[in-house]
Amino acid sequence: MNSHVNLERRRQAIYGWLLLTPAAILLSIFAFYPSIATLWSSLFSRNTRRRPSEYVGGENYTDLFADPTFWLVVKNNLLYAGVTIPVSIAIALAMALWANSKISARGFVRTAYFTPTVLPMIAAANLWLFFYTPGLGVLDQIGGLFGLPSVNWLGQPETALWAIIIVTIWKEAGFFMIFYLAALQTIPEDLKEAADIEGASRWTYTRRIVLPLLMPTTLFIMVNALINSVKLIDHLFILTKGGPSDASKLILYYIWEMAFAFFDAPHAAAMTIMVLLVLGIVAAIQFFYIDKRTHYQ
Amino acid sequence: MSNRIDTIGAVLLAVIWVSPLLFAVWAAFHSTSDAVNFTLLSPWTLDNFRTAWAGAPWFQYFINTFLLVTTVLIGQFILTTLAGFAFAKLEFPGKDFVFILVLMQLFILPEVLIVENYAMVSRLGLFDTILGVGMPYMASAFGIFLMRQAFKSVPIELHEAARIEGCGLLGILWRVYVPLAKPTYLAYALVSVSTHWNNFLWPLIVTNSPETRPLTVGLSIFGAPENGVDISVISAATLMSVAPLLIAFLLFQRQFVQAFLRAGIK
Amino acid sequence: MTYFSRLGLASAVALGLATSASAETELTMYYPIAVGGALTEVVDEIVEGFEKENPDIKVSAIYSGNYDDTRVRALSALNSGEPAQLAVMFSIDAYDLIEQDLIVPFDDLVEDKAWLDSFYPALMANGKIEGKTWGIPFQRSTIVAYYNKDMFRKAGLDPESPPTTWYDLISMGKKLTNDDTYGIMIPSTAYPYWMFQALAIQNGKEVMSNDGLTTNFDDPQVVETLEFWKALSADHGVMPTGTVEWGTLRQAFLEGQTAMMWHSTGNLTAVKKNADFDFGVAMLPGNKRLGSPTGGGNFYIFKDTSDEEKAAALKLIEYMTAPEQAAAWSIATGYMGVSPAAYETKKLKSYTKEFPPALVARNQLEHAVAEFSTFETARVRDGLNNAIQSALTGAKTPKEALGEAQKTADRLLKAYR
Repeated sequence: MNSHVNLERRRQAIYGWLLLTPAAILLSIFAFYPSIATLWSSLFSRNTRRRPSEYVGGENYTDLFADPTFWLVVKNNLLYAGVTIPVSIAIALAMALWANSKISARGFVRTAYFTPTVLPMIAAANLWLFFYTPGLGVLDQIGGLFGLPSVNWLGQPETALWAIIIVTIWKEAGFFMIFYLAALQTIPEDLKEAADIEGASRWTYTRRIVLPLLMPTTLFIMVNALINSVKLIDHLFILTKGGPSDASKLILYYIWEMAFAFFDAPHAAAMTIMVLLVLGIVAAIQFFYIDKRTHYQ
Repeated sequence: MSNRIDTIGAVLLAVIWVSPLLFAVWAAFHSTSDAVNFTLLSPWTLDNFRTAWAGAPWFQYFINTFLLVTTVLIGQFILTTLAGFAFAKLEFPGKDFVFILVLMQLFILPEVLIVENYAMVSRLGLFDTILGVGMPYMASAFGIFLMRQAFKSVPIELHEAARIEGCGLLGILWRVYVPLAKPTYLAYALVSVSTHWNNFLWPLIVTNSPETRPLTVGLSIFGAPENGVDISVISAATLMSVAPLLIAFLLFQRQFVQAFLRAGIK
Repeated sequence: MTYFSRLGLASAVALGLATSASAETELTMYYPIAVGGALTEVVDEIVEGFEKENPDIKVSAIYSGNYDDTRVRALSALNSGEPAQLAVMFSIDAYDLIEQDLIVPFDDLVEDKAWLDSFYPALMANGKIEGKTWGIPFQRSTIVAYYNKDMFRKAGLDPESPPTTWYDLISMGKKLTNDDTYGIMIPSTAYPYWMFQALAIQNGKEVMSNDGLTTNFDDPQVVETLEFWKALSADHGVMPTGTVEWGTLRQAFLEGQTAMMWHSTGNLTAVKKNADFDFGVAMLPGNKRLGSPTGGGNFYIFKDTSDEEKAAALKLIEYMTAPEQAAAWSIATGYMGVSPAAYETKKLKSYTKEFPPALVARNQLEHAVAEFSTFETARVRDGLNNAIQSALTGAKTPKEALGEAQKTADRLLKAYR
């Protein structure tokens, strides 16, 4: 009997590891090894004709800390995250509540909200370029109707990042809406009826019953939005290329530029490590703190 | 009353949300000059589509994107199914530790590791191949997590029944678990396809020739000539490249949303 | 795993990727292009002509976006062991390419040194470094002024005498500016340093030294130049405030939003094709002198190639820059014919006779200087671009902005001095 259990246990272990192997190999090749290799290469100087690569310790990091562009980019990215995450979640929630309510034209509304999701960001950026271009752009033409002066949305440091942020929100909100919509449909009808009988206003019902029930979804969306605030930079390539004067440059774009335009892989590596570190900290908070406070299914 | 306000708000937001697309349609079907001047009664034309179509190997790009999306999806299905099953239903030493590693990968974005991943793909001889573009995404932590959840909810009785009938572990996985997780697969496929159809930065880095370049990269290259863009032609190109997915979405909208609802991704 | 590599292979075969093994030399060339679309056909045609003459050489010419994209493409191909024997890249990438040890000088390859002297010297300037020639001019340009003759007439100006001095530029610009139209637009995104360099030369000061080791960003004359550029919008109101978008400027000019624009001569054919008004092309105006930097792309040959491939690549370059092809390329794009001989061909002669603006860029060559280029050029340039944009958008004063750019440049170049 005992040997049977042992055999079963061993069989499961072998199977378990075998089944994990393919994923484990790929994860190692494309996530863990590169992370370590990045850390390693961030400790060396650049290899050029004049000066071969050598170990420099933390110099690449101190360089970055001394680089005002780096701090500007960090600041931009914080603003980018700080605005896109809450705003797109709020809009997504509003969209879901509307798309789930009994209004006419619901089909159109749902489709319209979701459409940006299926557009590649690159394509979306092309569409928005047409919106933003001063003089020729749609925004200016509309502004012109009301006698507003032409605004160079992408060409001014004060507005460029905001123009980028708006495109991101536009792209993300519809996607997040779907998750809310899915969650909303699992809320039993009788809760609403009970609330009606109690005489609770719609606002109270939403705030006291719907929002708490949507908490796990919100958390999931928040993680997604956070990840997007790091990786969603495709539109920069079309709209601003990070300009003017780096006003709309985000960290991943800077990494790309550092590595592939400035040929400076070590500094790119150092930045990558810092991004991973920040993401890691956020992940830890998510797992060990918030996770415990929301009821997971 | 409040319903009417809701309707107005909802529709207004919807109109704002689709307006960039509508303007692209407008621009694509008019001459550049008419498009930017909003000459409302100006004639419609297909010239921009002709110019755009002749300007790049779009058909090839479509094929590339299609192959890419398919490759990634098949890879993800296989890898995440196997790993998800192991995490959901098997007990073995080290499982929790490995699971935490996998969860960590949720935050190690392939996008951030572009430099090293690019070196890795080159080392494997996969630079400028569709497989090279797809590979870093195959072992998706998100997918593994999702499959684990789906498999966990399968009643153990079904598992036992299949075992008594003499199925091996893989047989059980294939006959019992996979069919029951269909909605999850569907929802995951939707997320995966739309993500990789739209992916840009990584393919930009690892593709080099028209034979592998996906639509997004092709579009960005088409849209970035040195000396100036032609809004109408770019709009036409943009519409062409988004059309397949957009039309598929409009046609299967209901199923699309239903798939999400049933899979219960939350 | 094997399943997937099979799939990858299968798709590769399906796409006709499989290359036939044979004794012929295969060349892969990466190139950027001016106006997208149809021009790739022109290159394909030229390449086809070359293959016909040289049946033992097979060329795959890969269009890869703008200059930055092309450099990234070509270099990542090299890094990952993909074939790439030659490329058309920014003429100003030379320093970086040398520093990365990626290209070979042409002096070591050509037997007939006279060939190197057959090009316009001004176009060779960017490719001549440390006494050697590293780049051969292909799609080369200078900045020219496009102007709307109809608007000149309407404003009571002589359509045949566009401004030749900064003073005229402002006074004419003021006459041309009205509610719907600006007098002039000088683009300040994408390549702001290029326009700035033109202005600085006109103001009598070069922004960099010839050895690529020093920059003169904080020189009073250079600062004055930026103040002038800013004043065009801030004080004189003849240009829009903020930055002017490079990519959409042509459209703005064609739509009559500006009476004059400064742009690459590479835009000439597109403007000619699309303008529904009478337009003219002129050399840039001067202040202390006339001047424009050259611009555009050179051919480079990569180091990591076999001798046969180098010889074949050289043959291709010789073919593509030969007078006939150079003339055809110039007519199709507006870029310059790269050698005096190109302008002696029947094709280009009859074309310039019928369309004299095609000669402006070439005539300007005698006032032209090498395009801005130093070691660490991308980053130094980025600093300058940012300085220009900060000044134009009012974020910093020209003096402040250029001072910072100079500091950055000094820091970056210190290692090379």
